[in-house]
Amino acid sequence: MVKSKSGRTGDLIIAFICFLLILACLLPMLNILARSLSSSEALIRNEVLLWPKGWNLTAYKLVLSDSKYTWSLAWTAILTVICTFVSMTMTIMCAYPLTYSKLKGRRFFNTLILFTMYFNAGTIPHYLLYKDLGLLNHPLVLIIPNSLSVFNMIIMRSFFYGIPESLRESAEIDGAGPVRILFSIYLPLSKPVLATLSLFYAVGRWNGFSDALMFMNDRKYHPIQLLLYNILKSVTSIEVATQEGFASAPGLSDTLQAATVMFATVPILLVYPWLQKYFISGATLGAVRE
Amino acid sequence: MAKPLIRKHQSTINYLRKYWSLYLMLILPLAYFVVFRYIPMTYIQIAFKKYSIVQSVWEMPWADNHGFEYFIKAFSNRDFLYALRNTIMLNLLDLLVGFPAPIILALLLNELPYKRFKRFTQSVAYMPHFLSWIIISGIALQLFAPSTGLVNIVLNRLGFESIPFLNDPKHWVFTYVFLGIWKNMGWNTIIYLAALTNINPELYEAASIDGAGRFQKIRYITLPGLRSTIITLLILNLGHILSSEFDRPYSLSNALVHNVSNVIATFVYTYGIRGLQFSLTTAVGLFQSVVGVIFLLAANALAKKFGERGIW
Repeated sequence: MVKSKSGRTGDLIIAFICFLLILACLLPMLNILARSLSSSEALIRNEVLLWPKGWNLTAYKLVLSDSKYTWSLAWTAILTVICTFVSMTMTIMCAYPLTYSKLKGRRFFNTLILFTMYFNAGTIPHYLLYKDLGLLNHPLVLIIPNSLSVFNMIIMRSFFYGIPESLRESAEIDGAGPVRILFSIYLPLSKPVLATLSLFYAVGRWNGFSDALMFMNDRKYHPIQLLLYNILKSVTSIEVATQEGFASAPGLSDTLQAATVMFATVPILLVYPWLQKYFISGATLGAVRE
Repeated sequence: MAKPLIRKHQSTINYLRKYWSLYLMLILPLAYFVVFRYIPMTYIQIAFKKYSIVQSVWEMPWADNHGFEYFIKAFSNRDFLYALRNTIMLNLLDLLVGFPAPIILALLLNELPYKRFKRFTQSVAYMPHFLSWIIISGIALQLFAPSTGLVNIVLNRLGFESIPFLNDPKHWVFTYVFLGIWKNMGWNTIIYLAALTNINPELYEAASIDGAGRFQKIRYITLPGLRSTIITLLILNLGHILSSEFDRPYSLSNALVHNVSNVIATFVYTYGIRGLQFSLTTAVGLFQSVVGVIFLLAANALAKKFGERGIW
């Protein structure tokens, strides 16, 4: 289609706005990266904008030599892997049976599950329940209570619905049971949604901190985000900073802060491009829920 | 009489023989919902009772004023009233500014003719959604620092005064809303872009032949195509007007802006988990949930009145 001149100008204006948006998303990250790699003197002199000045890796070395950090990173990674596995298993076990239209009690199960999306007991009842169950300050409190998201379950279910029923029926005629059909037909065909939901669960766990803040007093089991939060808040008071174990050379806390932010961010930025092609289709499925 | 009964019995056995594994699979998820979603609901009665650490929830004595003691206490608590005000204020601002933002971006992306550039813009714009609020607050603390942050350095070099983005209540609210848009605008376009693919391209061609310009096409084809998506999301957002995020205000707040950053979720945390006032904070949580459901029902009814499908 031939475009008029004004149409092309319009296109360029829109492209320019999108370009500004890209800058708005990337420049902050670039600034933090530059700060984390700069010398503290350069930071104090306000010389660092988007490119590191007085290039050095002191902050990163400090972080990596602090066992509190390395442990927290490792613990969060372990936790993320376990949580993603548990959550995906639960989500599949919940979504798959509900796709059988012949399943007796399906309506009841659906209502039971959907109701929890709209009415929530609130933080304190959950807290007291964990206390009664002995989950408080137990590492499992970071795994079990949020292991199944109704929203993700619905995405999974919609995807399963999209698989032609004739496939299942012919497998049933061949004598395959529901479990066999799940493993040999449904799961192999559901790779995009499995990737998407795994990403959602993994990111949710990696980024989560409020459950640890509320239900976990043992610092050993604090995920990286909570550690990061404590560090961010400690910059204002030297006292807490030294408590957290950092020498308080002026300006160093700033590079250190930047370096810790990078440590908590980089794993996400690493997996993001790989999974990107999957999650758009997954997120769209969630949007078109029935 | 006996025969059909036997047959029925037989078919039940056949049914179970075929599908027992499905029920086996459902046991764990259903147990999860019962234990972690429904049993906490029985603890809600604490809102109407005097909390006691040695008794079970069923045995605790009723609170004064026909059990409504703690609701009265909540509504005469200054911190709670502030939290209530702030929750509504921040959510309304999010709705006002944050809700239209992804719609506008989706329209822009839809108009963008350069396919690769469009995909790149999308990839970059979705990225902030995957950063935690702690990370974003870490970035914001550095970027907006009064004397050492990038934004204020640039402002100073251009001859402007520094702006206390995170250290002054008015500016904090602005920054809070802005960061929300920064994080979620790109991600929230996905749903609109999906709706846009359902619009018949022939409509655009026909409109072009009739001499319609860009804005006319947006006005008469694209926006009507988004209408029901917009309304559904608006309902959901209205239903959440009293629900409050925890991560976002908690990680962005500081002592200087406590007046505006204290929302219901942070109030419950400080008074309940830190301050151990369980009855009071359960009452607050119940109030929040019930009002949330009422708002959702009302918004849904309103949408149906306007001839939309609603969410049920």
